[in-house]
Amino acid sequence: MSDITMIHAPQKRVPFAQEAAGALTILALGAVGYFLYPDDLAFLTRLIGIAFLVLSLDLVTGYCGVATLGHAAQFGVGAYAAGIACIRGVTDPVALLGVGLVAGTIMGLISGALITRFRGLPQLVLSIAVGQLVAGLANKLSWLTGGSDGLSGIEPGKVFGVFGFDMYSRTGYLFSLAVLVITFVVLQRFVRSPFGLMCRGIKDDDLRAKMIGVSIYPRLVAMYGVAGAVAGIGGALTAISTGVVGLDSVSFERSAEVLVMLVLGGAGHLWGALAGTVIFMIFEHVVAAANPFHWMTMVGLLLILIVVFAPRGLIAPVMSLWTKMTRKGKAA
Amino acid sequence: MSVLLEARGVCRSFGGLDVTRDVNFKLVSGDRVALIGPNGAGKTTLVNLITGDIAPSRGQFWMGDDDITGLSIPERVRRGLVRTFQTTRLFANLTVADNVALAIMQRKRISRRIFSSATELPEVKAEWSEILAHLGLDHLAYRKVIELAYGQQRLIELAIGLALHPKVLLLDEPAAGVPHDEAPKILDAINRLPADIAVLMIEHDMDLVFKFARRVLVLAAGRLIFEGSPADVTADHEVRRAYLGSYADARHSA
Repeated sequence: MSDITMIHAPQKRVPFAQEAAGALTILALGAVGYFLYPDDLAFLTRLIGIAFLVLSLDLVTGYCGVATLGHAAQFGVGAYAAGIACIRGVTDPVALLGVGLVAGTIMGLISGALITRFRGLPQLVLSIAVGQLVAGLANKLSWLTGGSDGLSGIEPGKVFGVFGFDMYSRTGYLFSLAVLVITFVVLQRFVRSPFGLMCRGIKDDDLRAKMIGVSIYPRLVAMYGVAGAVAGIGGALTAISTGVVGLDSVSFERSAEVLVMLVLGGAGHLWGALAGTVIFMIFEHVVAAANPFHWMTMVGLLLILIVVFAPRGLIAPVMSLWTKMTRKGKAA
Repeated sequence: MSVLLEARGVCRSFGGLDVTRDVNFKLVSGDRVALIGPNGAGKTTLVNLITGDIAPSRGQFWMGDDDITGLSIPERVRRGLVRTFQTTRLFANLTVADNVALAIMQRKRISRRIFSSATELPEVKAEWSEILAHLGLDHLAYRKVIELAYGQQRLIELAIGLALHPKVLLLDEPAAGVPHDEAPKILDAINRLPADIAVLMIEHDMDLVFKFARRVLVLAAGRLIFEGSPADVTADHEVRRAYLGSYADARHSA
């Protein structure tokens, strides 16, 4: 029952302890990937890109309770914007991230303004419509996006003018990892802020939120903007590190897949979003290689097992164990 | 005495059925008013009209010199019009402290901050600690609301109400569903509300009404049929008829 309580346990003595722990954990996992799987860095870089999208989805779905099946739009718009900017001469990777962030934010605000006007099924259908609209545009505006061939020839410059992108994805991986750590730490603060807490309140009971004087709609749109920024960064990172942007980045399948990842890991928790991405992507990577014809069946089975045995996602039992351990530690 | 809330000729009908008919009343600073009436008299509709959950078909609500009829729910809350709910509506998955802290931060206009930790902000924590201690809930501060007993949840409704510093507080059956031995706690908390605010309590329990109210409004079939002291209400002919009438109707329709 008390699995998620730990985020609001009394503040620890050391300021930024949670943030530091978060950063170190991601860095440690990242180091494992870098040193143990040097041949899979391209895949792991793609994984990190997707992790941004799942984190972004967690902000609107896990923290605000917005149902959406069109979230890839924010990611895709960020990816296309960065890709187009790069081809037209903006080659600095950090500047390209900025382009993705801004594009994602704008897309997030537009989507949010439409989607959060409604609740329940209309909301879900509208989110699909927005996603399909963006996918349709990406296909039709081929002079800008490359249409069904996608956007290729994205050749970003060196990071800080020093680290060039290489064919082994080393730079891409480390650059993505660094951006993920920064984003994650910022989000850890953000979700515990008054704004983030209020979003969780709105998710719990929006009438109660109104009755303490909160205007719900602007909050949700703002949150969508933040989520769009996170997804846009992820899209830009993917564009920079892979050098291509295709229609898959805005597809309905992408939107549905990240929702699966989020449910798998545990919505409403940043670690849940990360865990879900890592597990799903690695599972897909390994099983698809071993059995290319039936891997989706296996993914389906895995998901059924998790929904049955850990309905709040894989992170929930881990968190409740953590809470027990820390409580014991305090008692001792 | 300054008038804090005034209803002027408020009517509301749902599809031809008049649920609220020409309701007029004033709440002044320091008022302790009970609103009673038989089941189906339209008490909850009236509360929903006051808070802005539904709009009146005719008539207005005023706070001081301002017509608030067109204002949204949040705008009314910001002007100090606060309600509690008959069935608790709380942020069930958040802790008790979070629930109260959100109300405090909203009142202080700091709930849009995005980069400071919420519930533990010193100025916020000082205030929610005080409110929870006042209601005897301090030991539950870090428990999730969903884990608590119903009587405790009712007290949290009050805690949120207090945290908003209301000018007018509407209590919708604050003791409903509370175990009998815990009801005095609720009354105690209500009696310790700031003296200058106006409190309108909707209640069935006449015991509680007599202990709390200095003025009673009786609503029957959407109309205010009595306004006076608690001592006079039971003697009033029309009030008795309204209650008996509703019982008679209920038996017919059953």
